[in-house]
Amino acid sequence: MLNQLTISEIQEKLSRREVSAREVTQACLGRIQKVDGRVHAFLSVDAADALAQADRADAERKSGVADKPLLGIPIGIKDVIAVKDQPLNCASKILGKYVSPYDATVIEKLKAAGAIVFGRLNMDEFAMGSSTENSAFVTTRNPWDVTRIPGGSSGGSAAAVASDECLCALGSDTGGSIRQPAALCGVVGLKPTYGRVSRFGLVAFASSLDQIGPMTRSASDAARVLTAISGRDGRDSTSVPEPVPDYAAGLTGNVRGIKLGVAREFMLGGLDPEINQAVQNAIKKYQELGAEVVEVSLPHSEYAVAAYYIIATAEASANLARFDGVRYGARVDGRDPIEMYSKTRGAGFGPEVKRRIILGTYVLSSGYYDAFYLRAQKVRTLIRQDFLKAFEKVDAIISPTTPTPAFKIGEKSEDPLQMYLSDIFTISCNLAGICGLSMPCGFSTNPKLPIGLQLLGKPFGETTILNLAHAYEQATAWHKDKPVL
Amino acid sequence: MAATGMDVKYVAHLARLELTPGEEQKFGAQLGQILGYIEKLNQLDVAGIEPTAHAVPMVNVTRPDEVGQSLPTGRALMNAPAQANGLFIVPKIIE
Repeated sequence: MLNQLTISEIQEKLSRREVSAREVTQACLGRIQKVDGRVHAFLSVDAADALAQADRADAERKSGVADKPLLGIPIGIKDVIAVKDQPLNCASKILGKYVSPYDATVIEKLKAAGAIVFGRLNMDEFAMGSSTENSAFVTTRNPWDVTRIPGGSSGGSAAAVASDECLCALGSDTGGSIRQPAALCGVVGLKPTYGRVSRFGLVAFASSLDQIGPMTRSASDAARVLTAISGRDGRDSTSVPEPVPDYAAGLTGNVRGIKLGVAREFMLGGLDPEINQAVQNAIKKYQELGAEVVEVSLPHSEYAVAAYYIIATAEASANLARFDGVRYGARVDGRDPIEMYSKTRGAGFGPEVKRRIILGTYVLSSGYYDAFYLRAQKVRTLIRQDFLKAFEKVDAIISPTTPTPAFKIGEKSEDPLQMYLSDIFTISCNLAGICGLSMPCGFSTNPKLPIGLQLLGKPFGETTILNLAHAYEQATAWHKDKPVL
Repeated sequence: MAATGMDVKYVAHLARLELTPGEEQKFGAQLGQILGYIEKLNQLDVAGIEPTAHAVPMVNVTRPDEVGQSLPTGRALMNAPAQANGLFIVPKIIE
């Protein structure tokens, strides 16, 4: 089935005229019809628009267009990224019937590359969560066990790729929201270095932490999409003018002599024994492939979650101030604007969003700013320094992505702190601004649930971690396993 | 840093968030727990450490002050809950 193949495989078939973009898109749409009633990855799908884009792609290929690297490839979009004339809700009620007047930069780039950009993928509301249970609309299910969460906040994106509903999906990652759901659903998820990919058109959660990234079924697919969406953007002044290499061309599969760091702080207690075993086996596999394993220390790791929940919530409290019922979205009327704002926001935001806005407002408020926010920013410096020091000795750091496999729906939803601690391995990467990816490295036994391996790279070290992932995929078969739906 | 009694009602007011009494109570308890966890940052000696506002090594990114493309008025108003004469309509601000 066409929807089950990778971008590389489909590109082969498209360029040999074996299949049409319409057939590929129809296969995805057919799959969505068949399984999404159980998976709930998509909040909406504009099938007519997707097929129209597919037909244009076919016409272009027929007329000889040869320079669009993703021509005819259907890519699902997390509901936090603006696509012109499509709904944009961030899985929240507060945006009401909002339709985006413009394309995000990443969407412009994907369209210019010929991709078929379609669907609104479910997520935790405003990207705040680790399970997609905070969506105001529906909880996406883990395709490997529909009584379990797919992870979050890009749970819809991960589930869609894992269940073969699209060839790739875009997600966003602020504290692990691409990598953690990728791990729990058994797919590849990459968070680029901060500033690698433009945030213009990404609804902001935490402006110093957010990045958009690809979720795919292989490292080489992620490399292709990363090249397409990366680059300096005049409309995002935090995007970095670092040249964009052809990341796929950098995949040699050779990792001889690469130094892999194992952080002792990441291998401590509380880690599921099967995850520990799977990661140890992966480390051994890398040694077989010629990599050298070096112990490193990230001494401030235990402070990352605390620092993150001050910094991210503080930034979120500022970014979400714009949702006030004035210019867009749902509105609850009031006798004066202040009452309108309060009632609109009270009615429109879900509980996790409210909790984080309150916490963020508190840590920035007069009398508390120094003790909380400023202190957290200093801890952030220490965390970043830990990584930069480690990267003097190693090329990449290897770790589990999550402390446990996918948990049951409802298991942690009443305990916000427990939920936050499930990000323990992914969060420091965003604080330090470095790049990271997760890929499949095994399964738990009872039930069979995916286990993710995390690779963390230097700033703009995506080539290294993608190549490490690619090499591992050539030597193992975990990424080929698919859930039974 | 005191992890005790955040005045949830007051902070919610600062954030223009109307909460039900039930929410005030529930969030108060949950946020108290979270603040208790965050206390651990006090264990660290941060003397002499510069804060990191963001991880990118860039400052003062500017562009020439030239008029470029903007969203046309109609597009900017297309999602307005209430609009007239090219303006967003809101409750009266000044008595």
